[in-house]
Amino acid sequence: MASPRQRAARWRYVQYAVLVVILLAIILVADWDQIQRAFWDWELVKEQFPDVITIALKNTIIYTACGFTFGLLLGLVLALMRLSSVGPYRWIATGIIELFRGLPALVVFIALSVGFNLAFPRYEIPFGNLGVVTLALGLVGGAYMAETIRAGIQAVPKGQMEAARSLGMSHGRAMISVVVPQAFRIILPPLTNELILLTKDSSLVYILGLSLSGYELTKFGREGMNSASNLTPIIVIGLCYLLITVPLSIVVRRMESRAERAR
Amino acid sequence: MTAETTHRAGADRSGAAIDVQDLHKYFGDNEVLKGIDFHVGNGQVVCVIGPSGSGKSTLLRCVNMLETPTSGKIFVEGEEITDPDADVDKLRARIGMVFQQFNLFPHMTVLRNLTIAQEKVKGRKKDEAVEIARATLAKVGLSEKESAYPAHLSGGQSQRAAIARALSMSPDMMLFDEPTSALDPELVGDVLAVMKDLAAEGMTMMVVTHEMGFAREVGDNLVFMDGGVIVEEGDPRVVLADPQHERTQLFLSKVL
Repeated sequence: MASPRQRAARWRYVQYAVLVVILLAIILVADWDQIQRAFWDWELVKEQFPDVITIALKNTIIYTACGFTFGLLLGLVLALMRLSSVGPYRWIATGIIELFRGLPALVVFIALSVGFNLAFPRYEIPFGNLGVVTLALGLVGGAYMAETIRAGIQAVPKGQMEAARSLGMSHGRAMISVVVPQAFRIILPPLTNELILLTKDSSLVYILGLSLSGYELTKFGREGMNSASNLTPIIVIGLCYLLITVPLSIVVRRMESRAERAR
Repeated sequence: MTAETTHRAGADRSGAAIDVQDLHKYFGDNEVLKGIDFHVGNGQVVCVIGPSGSGKSTLLRCVNMLETPTSGKIFVEGEEITDPDADVDKLRARIGMVFQQFNLFPHMTVLRNLTIAQEKVKGRKKDEAVEIARATLAKVGLSEKESAYPAHLSGGQSQRAAIARALSMSPDMMLFDEPTSALDPELVGDVLAVMKDLAAEGMTMMVVTHEMGFAREVGDNLVFMDGGVIVEEGDPRVVLADPQHERTQLFLSKVL
């Protein structure tokens, strides 16, 4: 009879063997020339530069940063409204959150770009397309973040608010200086998620019908793919998305472990 | 000096630091304070003892309005803090409070814990706030911990930092809500020593505590509460040695 440890070791070898067999099968079965022609044509890769960086990546970052900043502020305001002792504030905030959390982001984009002009023909959303993107991404992201921020605020121990109030701070001052900073520490991981989701949602800006200088990564990739009849441009912009999101995850993980040490 | 009884009818209480009149407090249908009359003279140390659920912490938390009384009046240095028009924040800035669980701000260094309210509430300049904070930290023996975060302090150090935080606001009086109950026994002494120094300096103090030794040694007056009422009060040495009421006797026989 094998000892439990021997049995565990044997089982681990079986797992490695399965993995190796699967990898070998993929490597042998795949037609690598065909795959490279379809997905990684070096000539096409070179053609993507520098525009994929100077226009597309730049625009994706700008759209996301504007949308996230507005969304974060909106989310904080909505969260504080949800926690307000004034009934109408709570109802309004709940309504806004349910509305924009429930609608697909694409619908919000259409509503703001087309619907706004139809409803208020004499007014315009400021800053053109950037304004629309900021509003649309901010509304969608803010609705999600509001609930996250509210949960974070409620997770801060009650004694923190009491200690701040006992020192003479007003409720608002205590929120700003004591409760909200601790809440943000608690919700850093879900907020990162939201930022990454918004990075990808920024691709919906294509609905606005932009000129080349306004292309973000997805639109840029689709145009490239259509003109070349090849998937290479899509692979390039896919890598660009990872270029944004992976370092972001690393930075946030650093921040988390630093906050952990200070706790 | 010995404490006089605090219940002389018609006594002039205008000089009182804390004056509580006919205080009632309900939590839902549960009446936890059933008509409390209580007062702390200027410079006095009043200790409040009693079994858990007796309402002693609620009474203390009503004094700075962390709990809103259901009825009754509370005066702090002659100003009615229970008045709906009172500037509660301003009055609270003059009343230091120390909690059982310390409640230091974990995202700030010890020094920042001591300076933030000085700057944001009292409007002191940063340099002045830091100077006062350092002097206060030195007083409680924590000078070398000013740049530490609360997570890196022991329980006793945390509570001393919390006391320093309250003191750096230059309060007229201090409220202590079971300040040593969350501490390991060997750390209680450090905190009590700081509180004794404070009492010796003439600070007005209201202390909810289970430390009978502290009450006997430092207290000017001892209040025993049970079931939401003040059962007995007087000179701590007298009350502890010779309690008059059966409930006081029963409680003291269990804790002493």
